[in-house]
Amino acid sequence: MIQLEHLAKTYGSTLAVDDLSLRVAAGELVVLLGASGCGKTTTLKMVNRLVEPSAGRVCIRGRDAAELQPALLRRRIGYCFQQIGLFPHMTAAENVAITPRLLDWDEPRVQGRVDELMELVELEPASYRERFPHELSGGQQQRVGIARALAAEPEVLLMDEPFGSLDPPTRDRLQRRFQTIRAELNITTLFVTHDMVEALLLGDRIAVLDRGRLAQIGTPGELLRAPADEVVAGLMETPRRQAEQVEALLRDARGHKGSGEEQ
Amino acid sequence: MKEQLALLPAYLTAHLQLSLVALLIGATLSIPMGVWATRRKALAQVILGVAGVIQTIPSLALLALMVPALAFLGLLTASTLGFEVRSIGYLPALIALTLYSMLPILQTTVAGIQGVDRSLIEAAQGVGMTDRQRLVRVELPLALPVIVAGIRTATVWVIGTATLSTPVGATSLGNYIFSGLQTRNFAAVLVGSVAAAVLAIVVDQIARSLELGVRERRRPRVVLAGGALAALYLFTAGSFAWERTRAAGPEVVIGSKTFTEQYILSELIAGQVEREAGLRARALQSLGSTVLFDALRSGEIDVYVDYSGTIWATIMKRAGPPGSRQSVLAEVEAFLRGEHGILVAAALGFENRYALAMREEHARRLALTTLSDLAPLSASLEIGGDYEFFVRPEWTALRAAYGFAFRKERSMDSSLMYQAVAAGEVDVISAFSTDGRIAAFELRLLEDDRSVVPPYDALVLVGPRAAREHPEVVRALQGLEGILDERAMQRLNRAVDSEGRAPREVAHALLERLN
Repeated sequence: MIQLEHLAKTYGSTLAVDDLSLRVAAGELVVLLGASGCGKTTTLKMVNRLVEPSAGRVCIRGRDAAELQPALLRRRIGYCFQQIGLFPHMTAAENVAITPRLLDWDEPRVQGRVDELMELVELEPASYRERFPHELSGGQQQRVGIARALAAEPEVLLMDEPFGSLDPPTRDRLQRRFQTIRAELNITTLFVTHDMVEALLLGDRIAVLDRGRLAQIGTPGELLRAPADEVVAGLMETPRRQAEQVEALLRDARGHKGSGEEQ
Repeated sequence: MKEQLALLPAYLTAHLQLSLVALLIGATLSIPMGVWATRRKALAQVILGVAGVIQTIPSLALLALMVPALAFLGLLTASTLGFEVRSIGYLPALIALTLYSMLPILQTTVAGIQGVDRSLIEAAQGVGMTDRQRLVRVELPLALPVIVAGIRTATVWVIGTATLSTPVGATSLGNYIFSGLQTRNFAAVLVGSVAAAVLAIVVDQIARSLELGVRERRRPRVVLAGGALAALYLFTAGSFAWERTRAAGPEVVIGSKTFTEQYILSELIAGQVEREAGLRARALQSLGSTVLFDALRSGEIDVYVDYSGTIWATIMKRAGPPGSRQSVLAEVEAFLRGEHGILVAAALGFENRYALAMREEHARRLALTTLSDLAPLSASLEIGGDYEFFVRPEWTALRAAYGFAFRKERSMDSSLMYQAVAAGEVDVISAFSTDGRIAAFELRLLEDDRSVVPPYDALVLVGPRAAREHPEVVRALQGLEGILDERAMQRLNRAVDSEGRAPREVAHALLERLN
């Protein structure tokens, strides 16, 4: 569905992305993972041409993205990012309806779609439609952001650390909700994060980027089992250690609970 | 006060015609220019720089500069396109005020758009908006409060500054202020100032209310404020249309300079034209004195009163001993007719000379009666003069002939000059010999014993077009020949300056007596 071919981006003399090639199959979620400055956001933005590649190309469903007008291309690609970027002068419903309206959908269809999406992201349309962004919590804002990205039934979804600025319980709830939505819509997704746990939980496959180059791509299992180099191994080390510590704590807690019940 | 309030509808309407149209044009030009500037950074510097420079020109000077600029443009269009541009009146004032309104709107448009959060720009691009859609749906709505703040600043500036358009011949609430200051009618000054301030506050509040209503989506408020604004503009448009229908038939325009005598004489002439020639006549008052002669020549005004010595010295640029009253008059008359096609319809009979004046008591103490007496004492005295005096050829001639070297030369408004000498703040002033305040403040005019200052016969001048097309006007004005001597003119001036009567009333009373 999405194909990056020898993609490169230079800013002056710095190479932000260096000869990157990868494919995302239809319905698949590929995570771009790496430390800040590794080029993952730049790569993502080259897909919807918020950044123009210096070399190489992006193909979506076999068509070169460079051949389309950027605005028309972007209407077919959902885009969701950490700052959310809800328009403060528009209600939640108006924010969600933007791309369908840009595509000249008729108004009943737009309204139907808005309700459908707000339900999908679990915001009761009756009470949330007319709220302005400043009347919503951070988590609610990002749910509207996701609904906006999905509104025009895009073939492709780009997400740039969408849950990065949310508090952990909200982040967890939204991650799980997002997995359900993705399963429901079977949408092809490229997902940027620097959070290893998030990458492991959400990704069908993970592409690890290191200083603009693709260090390794594989399923979470492959990356954990056989990291290609020290960078990947280093990245995988943190979640593994945290998981083991958490598991030990859980075991401990279960032991205490069990013994208490026997008495 | 009552007669001042009677003028309010006309002045207020004229003020609205100037300021609302200037603001509309200013905003219509500035907002797109501001948007354009945000798309090209280098351009933003240039546009804001130019607008900033315009803003630093004092507003009175900017208004005055429009007159020669438009006169020059008029010469170009007349020779190439075959039509003339009016260089006095509404147009120069409108252009200057429009320029004046632009800087705050430009600045806030640029600031408002540049202030839109980066993430919203990215979101707008991300959802698939084109550049134009992003501007219209995101950037402008979000910048609106800031832009409206700029429009409100411009509103207050323009409505205030419009009061300064009187000297370029555009009627406004400033007519109250200019003529009120000259004729010491403080009720007029008060009415003009308060009306301008109230108008500024009202329009500003309407703009604020409209912006708040739009931002908070309060329909009743938008309807109310929008309706009020629309009503103001409709009224203005209607007043233009009404003037157009009323302006059927020829009208004789009488100009006047910015002092009492000129107000009275312009009303006198207007009255005489209406009575004797049966044409509509209008007095266009408080014009700058350099503006008047050019306006007469080009036919933008038809008649005004000037003084033989002024024309002799400043327009014919003659120096040296002037000769007798009759010979100067003859020379001036021949020059005006020959060079400019301007007719001297009548000499009113009095002179309004530039004369140096002192307090009677002060002059007596120093035993001064002539300028020759004054010269040796000048090093210990201060002289005050109106804005023009110290650059006028008469002053150069006086200084050369008598060897004046005053301790200090102070320029001041002619309406304050008399008070200044009476209060002893200066010792000598450049008085006008017919001024009512010479008697009122007990001043003595010192005799020009070497006859350096030319005679200043008050002459009724008729412009070339009016002279050609309206011989009946010339005939009517010839009836004013010799009707006033210096004393009579002083009395009329005093009636206005000290007794608080309106120039129009004084002029009409005189006409009644003549007929």
